[in-house]
Amino acid sequence: MEIAKKMINLTIDGKNVSVVEGSSILDAARKIDIDIPTLCFLKEINEVGNCRMCLVEIDGVKGYKTSCVYPAEEGMNVKTNTKDLIETKREILQLILSAHDKKCLSCVRNTNCTLQDLCKKFEIEDYDYDGEMPEAILDDASECIVRNTAKCILCGRCVSVCKNVQGVSAISVMNRGYKSRVGVALGMSIKKSTCVGCGQCIIHCPVGALTEKSNVKQLKEALVDPKKHVVIQTAPSVRASIGEEFGMPIGSLVTGKMVTSLRKMGFDKIFDTDLGADITIMEEATEFISRLKNGGTLPMITSCSSGWITFAEKFYPDQLKDLSTVKSPMEILGTLIKTYYADKMNIDPKDIYSVALMPCSAKKAEIIREELKLDNGLQAVDNVVTTREMARLLKESNIDLAMCEDSEFDAPLGIATGAGHIFGATGGVMEAALRSVSYLLDGTEIGKVEFKSVIGNNNIKEADIEIAGKIHKIAVVQGLLSVSKVLDEIKNGTSKYSFIEAMTCPGGCVNGGGQPLVDEYKASKIDYKALRTKALYNADKEAEFKKSHENPSVKELYKNFLGEPNGKKSHELLHTKYNKQDTYVD
Amino acid sequence: MQKTSKELRDIRAKTKLIFEKTRIMICCGTGCTSSKSDKILEELQKKSKELGANVIVEKTGCFGFCAKGPIIVIEPDQTFYEMVNIEDSEEIIKAVMNGTKVERLMPEEDDKFIQKWHELNFYKKQKRLALRNCGYINPEDIDEYIAVDGYLALEKVLTGMSSDKVINEVIKSGIRGRGGAGFPTGKKWQFTSSAQNDIKYVCCNADEGDPGAFMDRSILEGDPHSVIEAMAIAGFAIGSNQGYIYVRAEYPIAVQRLNIAIKQATEYGLLGTNILSTNFDFNIELRLGAGAFVCGEETALMNSIEGKRGEPRPRPPFPAFKGLFGKPTLLNNVETYANICQIILNGGDWYAKVGTESSKGTKVFALGGNINNVGLVEVPMGTTLREIVFDIGGGIPEGKNFKAAQTGGPSGGCIPTEHLDIPIDYESLTSIGSMMGSGGLIVMDDSKCMVNIAKFFLEFTVDESCGKCPTCRIGTKRMLEILTRITEGKGKIEDIERLEKLSKVMKSASLCGLGQTASNPVMSTLRYFREEYIDHIENKRCATGQCKTLTKVLIDPEKCKQCGICQKNCPYNAIKGEVRKGPFEIDQSKCVKCKVCITKCPFKAINN
Repeated sequence: MEIAKKMINLTIDGKNVSVVEGSSILDAARKIDIDIPTLCFLKEINEVGNCRMCLVEIDGVKGYKTSCVYPAEEGMNVKTNTKDLIETKREILQLILSAHDKKCLSCVRNTNCTLQDLCKKFEIEDYDYDGEMPEAILDDASECIVRNTAKCILCGRCVSVCKNVQGVSAISVMNRGYKSRVGVALGMSIKKSTCVGCGQCIIHCPVGALTEKSNVKQLKEALVDPKKHVVIQTAPSVRASIGEEFGMPIGSLVTGKMVTSLRKMGFDKIFDTDLGADITIMEEATEFISRLKNGGTLPMITSCSSGWITFAEKFYPDQLKDLSTVKSPMEILGTLIKTYYADKMNIDPKDIYSVALMPCSAKKAEIIREELKLDNGLQAVDNVVTTREMARLLKESNIDLAMCEDSEFDAPLGIATGAGHIFGATGGVMEAALRSVSYLLDGTEIGKVEFKSVIGNNNIKEADIEIAGKIHKIAVVQGLLSVSKVLDEIKNGTSKYSFIEAMTCPGGCVNGGGQPLVDEYKASKIDYKALRTKALYNADKEAEFKKSHENPSVKELYKNFLGEPNGKKSHELLHTKYNKQDTYVD
Repeated sequence: MQKTSKELRDIRAKTKLIFEKTRIMICCGTGCTSSKSDKILEELQKKSKELGANVIVEKTGCFGFCAKGPIIVIEPDQTFYEMVNIEDSEEIIKAVMNGTKVERLMPEEDDKFIQKWHELNFYKKQKRLALRNCGYINPEDIDEYIAVDGYLALEKVLTGMSSDKVINEVIKSGIRGRGGAGFPTGKKWQFTSSAQNDIKYVCCNADEGDPGAFMDRSILEGDPHSVIEAMAIAGFAIGSNQGYIYVRAEYPIAVQRLNIAIKQATEYGLLGTNILSTNFDFNIELRLGAGAFVCGEETALMNSIEGKRGEPRPRPPFPAFKGLFGKPTLLNNVETYANICQIILNGGDWYAKVGTESSKGTKVFALGGNINNVGLVEVPMGTTLREIVFDIGGGIPEGKNFKAAQTGGPSGGCIPTEHLDIPIDYESLTSIGSMMGSGGLIVMDDSKCMVNIAKFFLEFTVDESCGKCPTCRIGTKRMLEILTRITEGKGKIEDIERLEKLSKVMKSASLCGLGQTASNPVMSTLRYFREEYIDHIENKRCATGQCKTLTKVLIDPEKCKQCGICQKNCPYNAIKGEVRKGPFEIDQSKCVKCKVCITKCPFKAINN
């Protein structure tokens, strides 16, 4: 039985509040809906007191204290809004603004910027200081991430997320004082670093210092090019998030509206990546069975999360054999578009412009991988657009997704199952695989599997399953730092697992680096990842088919085009190779 | 080689005998070494051998009178030789052999040779507790340290005191942290002792970063064992077995002597396991800092020891509960430790007799700037600034007047003439807008521009801010920009208010002491020399001529004798004219106001 934690009673702005021992003053304030401003705070990730915006006055304590890290104590009397505190914070904002590139109107974060919000809140009407600006370094060499130091306010969130959540540490604060900046070792571009492109830094940046590399211009050109047949596929998680960009509540499932809005944009065909996910399951489950039967490398680790692949290639090149060789759902669908679909429609694949609407910035690098090029040298996917980018594009074209009617994906690559839908959340890939693996092996079914967190790490969940009379331990892991822990176990021979789902981003694709931004305060109140996940599971519930192997399109594809799962043709088209990637090499 | 208490007693008794012999002690601290005292030492040893002199020639630590270096003191009669050259070596040895003195090397005061070094005005008002062994023993010989009752305090603690009793003596002594903030040392020990953890650490802050300060360096160079012994005592008191000394890599001699001292102490079993046959273990490791000023801040220092970026962490948690590697950690400054053994041996009450009501003991200051006796001084708390500057420091050179003294380094403030009689203690200094700091004391004469001084210190903090919080990172930068504007005659009267506003937010909202105090030099000069700021802003004038943009060097055509000396000496070819063909003239577009011409003109025809 868990021992009841001691409660601490304190007063904040005259209101009494009771919190468990160990809570911060900020925790306590938020509990009673007092919104103390923050710029740098990220619960359990970046608790460093950098930005000074959360300062409070505590009776009997000398000087102002950062409420984000100051522990709540019994009988404490805290004030968050004295005249002097407000004046102090206004002055801090003035200082931050004096070193910030204030091109708000052209900034991608305009109207969606924590700094801007605070300036409004504190009624900043004019800029009090001018002076030398910090060195402006624009690093846009990466396919995924663009860094602009001129906009950086050095809150440290990106550095902490990259290190403490992803274990990647591609960026760090370098130099000192006013010359401090977030940068990459040896002054290199982030492209050459250990960066995996996941974009967790982007979604935690309070300002516009980090953005995804935009390829929207090329997309626009393709859309108006009469010679191009422009098709788009949409990832599972986007239907559970893109509504937010159009004022809909978090967790709105907008599949039909999304399809209609894309059709209005002028895409010739709208396909569903979830079908790619179903095929992934067919291939991956078959591969797993074959590894089980033939004594292949175990554990097998899923391979659909693009950042994770790069992570493995950069950090664990000796363990690439553990990865499933199946391409990601996006690449599978992209491949089918330029082969099966092109054949069927009698279109030269060269004339197809294949777009993928993804929750992810890492996918932007995935599409140019040599290993994924088709036989004819073409990329399977020509352009990846994130959820945020697509929302901006739709708005630019005066399309209000929220007002769109529902419509269906296009044939022949538009039918998916619930298994495909839940790919967008952590644990979804594993669940989808489990729905099919026993059926494909011996026609049986594994019932509901209960996962339990590993002690001390909620990001690693494990379960026991029975396959062909044998108990196997399987794991679902999110966040690359946790993934690396599992990989280390495999490396030193202590891993208990047979099958592992590895997701780059905490929460999975619903929280991908290309997803709509949820401000930190809001995120502390609403579990947006859970709401988006719930939407995907609702889609699963409503789906006519729940299991990948039941998908009629899947059956049709294997019957008329691919042959057997893991057969010769599907191996040629749907599987790939991994290679070590060097870092910090000029 | 581990020594028992008895063996230590024997070493003590045996080595004490050498103090009765004739010893030629030469300072081999950083200051005198820069004047080649190490070479003089070799030469003295060589000559002594050649001439068959029955003397000991040894290196020792800093005597403090750095302006007169290299310094030699001949014990036991305390003869003081100043500004010794390598060529003087033979004469010195011969004089010692003949029982005479080399008068030309002896200091003179009031037309009299001063026979013993303690009789010099420079030393009369000093009380050397922390520096007690500097200049008396060879810092590289543990036996000599043992002979001056070294490691006796540790023995006393380990063989007869409880940890509470040790802490109690430190509390009774009233000693406060010598690193700057002045937190009561005993209380700190008590907190760390009370923290529950299997692993605790004792750290020594030897990251002395104030410009011009060298108190800690001198102690480490002159008496490293006193710090090591005190750390072991602290380890016993708080329940720690591991110490770290965080010392700047720019202090090579201190690092070398610390290494020697740690090695010797380990060989004697005074560090290591089962120290003095008790069950107390204690080890010390050195960690070299790269010279960032902010790493003198306790939490930044711990980050740096851990191998992380040297930036401060928010407190709480305080280091006493969660410090180095997340464990309870005691951190004291070098000078604080240097007092501990004396406190243990003589009792807290004995120590508390020195000093003032709230500030006990002595304080070491590094006296620098426009002062005759540049050097290291140790005075009882409560000594006035006037005594330090004029009685000990010998006043202001070149017949100029005292204008201000800066204590506390870049975090301190400028103290004007009107406060010369303030007794030096923690509270008094804070009350006049400065602070004790670690002991830098920079004297400024009346040729100094106070706006320019404030700018100088801001330049330092801008360079040394770690960049973590915006109030310090951006605040110091903006402050410096405003000051620069003012010194260039581009200031506006609103800038003064702006500086005050900025100072307020930096003080109240910065994460660590560096940012919180960075504006002190500006605020204290604004407080005491406001008219200078206004003069710069409204009249575009710098009365001292130090703000170069505001000064014009001009040749008075009436006084110019057309000799051309100024032109010959101008490094920038900024002086127009020909010899005997009319007065010379300065091309203001080329002049950088180096003022070489002013010093060279035989007719005093050039002024600024």
